[in-house]
Amino acid sequence: MYEQDDFVYDSRRPIAPYAHTRPTTERDWIKRTLIGVAFAFMLLVIVLPLALVFVEAFRKGAGEYFMAFGDPQSQAAIRLTLLVAAIAVPFNLVFGIAAAWCVAKFEFPGKAFLTTLIDLPFSVSPVVSGMVYVLLFGAQSFLSPFLKANHIEIIFAVPGIVLATIFVTFPFIARELIPLMQDQGNGDEEAALSLGANGWQVFRRVTLPNIKWGLLYGVLLCNARAMGEFGAVSVVSGHIRGKTTTMPLDIEILYNEYNFAAAFAVASLLAMLALVTLLFKTVLEFRYGDELAGTRKH
Amino acid sequence: MTVAMNHPAKAGWRFVKPSVIPGFGLTFGYTLLYLSIIVLIPIIGLFLKAATISPEQIWKIASAARTLNALKISFGASLIAAIVNVIFGLIVAWVLVRYKFPFRRLLDAVVDLPFALPTAVAGIALSTLYAPKGWIGWLVSANGPLHLGWKIAYTPTGIVIALIFIGLPFVVRTVQPVLEEFEAELEEAAATLGANRWQTITRVILPRLTPAILTGFALAFARAVGEYGSVIFIAGNLPNISEIAPVLIVIKLEEFDQAGAAVIAAIMLVIAFVMLLVINLIQTWARRRFGDV
Repeated sequence: MYEQDDFVYDSRRPIAPYAHTRPTTERDWIKRTLIGVAFAFMLLVIVLPLALVFVEAFRKGAGEYFMAFGDPQSQAAIRLTLLVAAIAVPFNLVFGIAAAWCVAKFEFPGKAFLTTLIDLPFSVSPVVSGMVYVLLFGAQSFLSPFLKANHIEIIFAVPGIVLATIFVTFPFIARELIPLMQDQGNGDEEAALSLGANGWQVFRRVTLPNIKWGLLYGVLLCNARAMGEFGAVSVVSGHIRGKTTTMPLDIEILYNEYNFAAAFAVASLLAMLALVTLLFKTVLEFRYGDELAGTRKH
Repeated sequence: MTVAMNHPAKAGWRFVKPSVIPGFGLTFGYTLLYLSIIVLIPIIGLFLKAATISPEQIWKIASAARTLNALKISFGASLIAAIVNVIFGLIVAWVLVRYKFPFRRLLDAVVDLPFALPTAVAGIALSTLYAPKGWIGWLVSANGPLHLGWKIAYTPTGIVIALIFIGLPFVVRTVQPVLEEFEAELEEAAATLGANRWQTITRVILPRLTPAILTGFALAFARAVGEYGSVIFIAGNLPNISEIAPVLIVIKLEEFDQAGAAVIAAIMLVIAFVMLLVINLIQTWARRRFGDV
């Protein structure tokens, strides 16, 4: 590329006797070793367990695999998981939009504290997340006589599972939208308002199109966690097979019964959900990276 | 940009800075209401429950050998896992940002798998993988080709393995963006001043990455301490040996010992709050030290 006597830095030509390589990168063998270490580590820690799920699920053949889904209890678990996610995700979606609107569009004291509180469920152990509802609504709680008198079942029933799921997936959508809307500022909304739009029109026609990919991103992550939550749901569920077992709990029961093929068959569904979520996530980041908060570059 | 509706001197003190954007009352009210019902009231309820127990009783539960051992195992395993994650997470982030190689994007996508894979699925997969007859468990067992005689599943080592799995993305995903925005001029300056590559990395690059590394460490650690689903299958859950604190909470709940469960949960919540505070302090410190992170 360069003439021999051009005074241009060239990686192929040592610039000083002691400089064996470009001073702002590593030697090739170090590069190759590090790439090798990264691949080996990821293979061992992450790819191998994932591959094992599918291998174990099909160990006894496709017939056995699909038979696992014929089991009425597993079917009930799949239905319950879908139901719980279908309730929990919209609830957190509405909350996420409301929280992002008031935090990103307005200035008020205690805003940082409010965002910390919104993030709180992320740092609480799943077991504790479920347990707080057991203390609040369980048989030994002060609300228990009232609930019993009105025949309301929360703990060891579906409402408790929904509540625990909402708790653990609480911050997902809000924390995706807050930085995104803060970055976008109020300019677009103010322009729409000055042109005579009302509040709802501003949200639907201006804000929503601006945040749609970030919103979808948040919903995907929220849904993946809602369908896969184990610890919190386990504490409030009571493990009544066919009634209060979600897919992760069904996996636990099957596994503990040494019914490994069925356990891994149900697990493979959740693993596929995870893979699809990751695929969507990667595509969203690749195509709309600058419209997502998490990957926003300056 | 907000438009001042009134002159500040006339308006007096207002909770929210005046703005033409509508909907503050509605969204703020709803946020507070929903936050209170779902998160705050239940958590306050937990502390109230713990407060109804006499201090002697709390001390008795907290200082019981089984409780102390469970906390020790939880924190010890989380600490080791977080350190392993920092080392390998740093390598993975470095490789992803600095080098071009085949399957780079795939490797990048795979990092997030522990975020997306349900913990119960990870739990049974890791347990089967590291069990004495599993792919890796057999390889390192006394019967395996290496005759190592290692036991991983159903021992504290198994707990560490599970916690490494769930904690890895936290380190990679906090270090990666900082490394991407790293100013090449700094490295070039170090090189022109005569630093060799190792000196540039240890004296210029690593100090700049320290806040991100610490944040990633704290996030991975905090997540690991509370982790339940991926650990219970591989741990064996033997009291005092491989029983983590969340498992002890579940056992106490199943024995209808709500007081005992509440005390341990409260201890873990306080520690979680402290971790959250530490993460915030690291980031505040980093912002002051480096401008923005």
